[in-house]
Amino acid sequence: MCQVDEEYASSLEQKSLPAVSKKCMKCKEGTAVLIIRVGDAFCRGCFKEYFIHKFRAMLGKNRVIFPGEKVLLAVSGGLTSSCMLAQVQEGLSRDAPKKLRFMPGIIYIDEGGVCGQNAEKREKAVAQLECIFKKTGFPYHIVPLEQVFTLPESVLEPVGRREQPSSSASYKAAVDQHIRSEVTRGQGEPAVEESQDALGRLHLQASAYKPEHKLALEELFSSLKTLTAKQDMLHTLRQHLILHTARINGYSKVMTGDSCTRLAIKLLTNVSLGRGAALAADTAFSDSRYGDVVMVRPMRDYSSKEIGFYNRLFEVQSVFIPGLDTKTADKASIQRLTESFVVKLQADFPSTVSTVYRTGEKLNTACPPQSSRTEAAAKCLLCLCALDTRAEDATAFNATLMSEQLSRCTLEEKGQSDAGCCRGQNQACGDDGCCSTSRVPVAPDLKSLLCYSCRLTVKDMTALDSLPPYITSEAEKRQRRAAMKTEIGEFLLEDEGADEE
Amino acid sequence: MPIQCSSCAKNRAVLRRPKTGHSLCKHCFFWAFEEEIHQTIVSARLFNRGETVGIGASGGKDSTVLAYVLKVLNERYDYGLKLLLLSVDEGITGYRNDSLETVRRNQQQYDLPLTIVSYEELYGWTMDAIVKQVGLRNNCTFCGVFRRQALDRGAMMLNVDKICTGHNADDVAETVIMNVLRGDIARLHRCTVISTASDGEGAIPRCKPLKYAYEKEIVLYAYFKKLDYFSTECVYSPNAYRGHARTFIKDLEAVRPSAIMDIIHSGENLSVKEGVKMPVQGTCSRCGYISSQSLCKSCVLLEGLNRGLPKLGIGKHHRLHDKILAQQALTEKEQNKLKAIEF
Ligand SMILES: [Zn+2]
Ligand SMILES: [Zn+2]
Ligand SMILES: [Zn+2]
Ligand SMILES: [Zn+2]
Repeated sequence: MCQVDEEYASSLEQKSLPAVSKKCMKCKEGTAVLIIRVGDAFCRGCFKEYFIHKFRAMLGKNRVIFPGEKVLLAVSGGLTSSCMLAQVQEGLSRDAPKKLRFMPGIIYIDEGGVCGQNAEKREKAVAQLECIFKKTGFPYHIVPLEQVFTLPESVLEPVGRREQPSSSASYKAAVDQHIRSEVTRGQGEPAVEESQDALGRLHLQASAYKPEHKLALEELFSSLKTLTAKQDMLHTLRQHLILHTARINGYSKVMTGDSCTRLAIKLLTNVSLGRGAALAADTAFSDSRYGDVVMVRPMRDYSSKEIGFYNRLFEVQSVFIPGLDTKTADKASIQRLTESFVVKLQADFPSTVSTVYRTGEKLNTACPPQSSRTEAAAKCLLCLCALDTRAEDATAFNATLMSEQLSRCTLEEKGQSDAGCCRGQNQACGDDGCCSTSRVPVAPDLKSLLCYSCRLTVKDMTALDSLPPYITSEAEKRQRRAAMKTEIGEFLLEDEGADEE
Repeated sequence: MPIQCSSCAKNRAVLRRPKTGHSLCKHCFFWAFEEEIHQTIVSARLFNRGETVGIGASGGKDSTVLAYVLKVLNERYDYGLKLLLLSVDEGITGYRNDSLETVRRNQQQYDLPLTIVSYEELYGWTMDAIVKQVGLRNNCTFCGVFRRQALDRGAMMLNVDKICTGHNADDVAETVIMNVLRGDIARLHRCTVISTASDGEGAIPRCKPLKYAYEKEIVLYAYFKKLDYFSTECVYSPNAYRGHARTFIKDLEAVRPSAIMDIIHSGENLSVKEGVKMPVQGTCSRCGYISSQSLCKSCVLLEGLNRGLPKLGIGKHHRLHDKILAQQALTEKEQNKLKAIEF
């Protein structure tokens, strides 16, 4: 049926050719070298000023990074995170009033082990990045993805939010105090000095991984049957590694290089992956789901086009490293599909990205932010967001469970589960889907610890025992606690275990 | 080698469910499909015993299957509902004549009373005449707004308690994506709600019993039940932007069949930040229909058509509404702005 399209036909601006003006719109003198949006032509100098100002303004507006705080920059080698690194360097090198006052470190997660790269290629990429990192003078951490097999289960434990002054008055006080202490220490460049001390120490722990972990990682990813699930799992594991590295090295903030374009794609991808409840946390400026370490997205106001221009004009080095989805077809995964959808739409309707991005600004997490007292069980084991799987009446979640139930063997329900629907006809149960759900031995107890979307990922997995030990042992621990609670339930006076920790 | 039905394990499976991937025989599929709609109706408490329910019937697959299944369930589970068919004649030569024929046949086959309301009698304009004036660029805006109100007016004439429409899971998912793409936070917030309550006068409560039914399963159901429906797209084709969203949903479904339900789940779990402005619902000062402005969309569009200023209702011209209400003349500049139509 033909759908209602009230009042939007005109607000979706169609692509129109930019009016080319020769002069910079800002200084009216310099020759314009680029046009960001229709009508916004900049000369080289004004563009640089505009670009740098935007970075400072984003941090200034949000006031979550405190003077002297240790901040870990997650750099993938790509355009946006490389540009973020350049912005931090630029900000630290400025004179007093405009100077950034935090202490940066860099982390690179080497994903080569799951992206089909051999040791030689991985080493080469790491060497290129190290060369860039060394020039910054910041301490850096090169962490191979294989290290997820050495993570402690504590990564997944919920941690209370760190107490921090939050009003703008106390923020100002903190800045003032920091400036005073800098003066008493004699105008040095404390951030960089300390960084260089740390340098020798830090790159030693880097880039080693054991061969058995390499195999385990390969096994894990070959057990994920779809590229959608692989990409989602990679993202989850990456977050855990960054979180762990931040914690053991005392970083309380992590900056990630998500551009406006990337965030718009991520928002739409996450809607399609069933992550609606976590949309705000996944795309907002700051994300405090991990409690003590806060993820920050300072590049969110730049389009990928602007970043491309900047990097080219000011020779920001980046390193192309193939990812899981490099050279895959448009329809290879939900993530790839959404990306190509947004990119194509943006070409026809240039307001697409900014509109989607603004949609995200208006969203809130459905469940209020968790307090430090909230029980571990209320958060997803993998993404650490609040669970969105309460079985309520008339929800898509319930309707899906109902469909599964109604299409499954009635025999199974009568307790003859081993007499599967394809008993004696194994050749018929191939890809035809007759046994498509019973094929996947998803332990129901692991499922119960996951949010809606992470369940989808795990559902695409054939062997749950290939998950890294920190995940399985934390899952077991949570299950034991849950069992314990049911056992003693009648003696507990407060409902939600308010006295935990 | 024939595949056995995964539900009864007796009969030979004839189809693979698009929604779950299970292979089912015809009977088990019918049962599952109908039972799921029953569960939706019961768990969302869509109806009360004794109510008169108008089924928005277009002659297309969704409303045809909806009418059929509601009749089956009403008997099987003794809902105690009085069902009737309600159709809108937009006045589109060729397209509507044929689809209304289908609805008339449904009326006989399902033995449900049918009422047809036409744009011509309600507004004095057929869609053919509207297209002549506004062209093909914005005609769907008119049609959508007018249809929504036409259904309400027809339902009021018949003393209907509730209207149900054939919106399926694909439609709901598509609407979620559309509202994200155009940043319409108010609609994004509302579009996954299964039923709208009546807020005072003006609108009759509406619900979507097929909200969780996949479009492909609706077609499969109609195919195996040999239901008769009209399947040609509207001759005045819908806009390109929505077409992109529709294709995107189909592609997502091909990559991961649960994606449609996953998007609805996302929509159901979104919440809007406090302080984000949401439109306040009032009523139209001319016709009394619910509206967030002083004039409802339909009255503005109609005024535009009658004054020969079709762009009046398209885009944002709220400033001018007071003038219209006071029957004042528009300035020449205002007139020119509203006259121009790009084809
Ligand atoms: Zn300039
Ligand atoms: Zn999760
Ligand atoms: Zn069967
Ligand atoms: Zn009105």
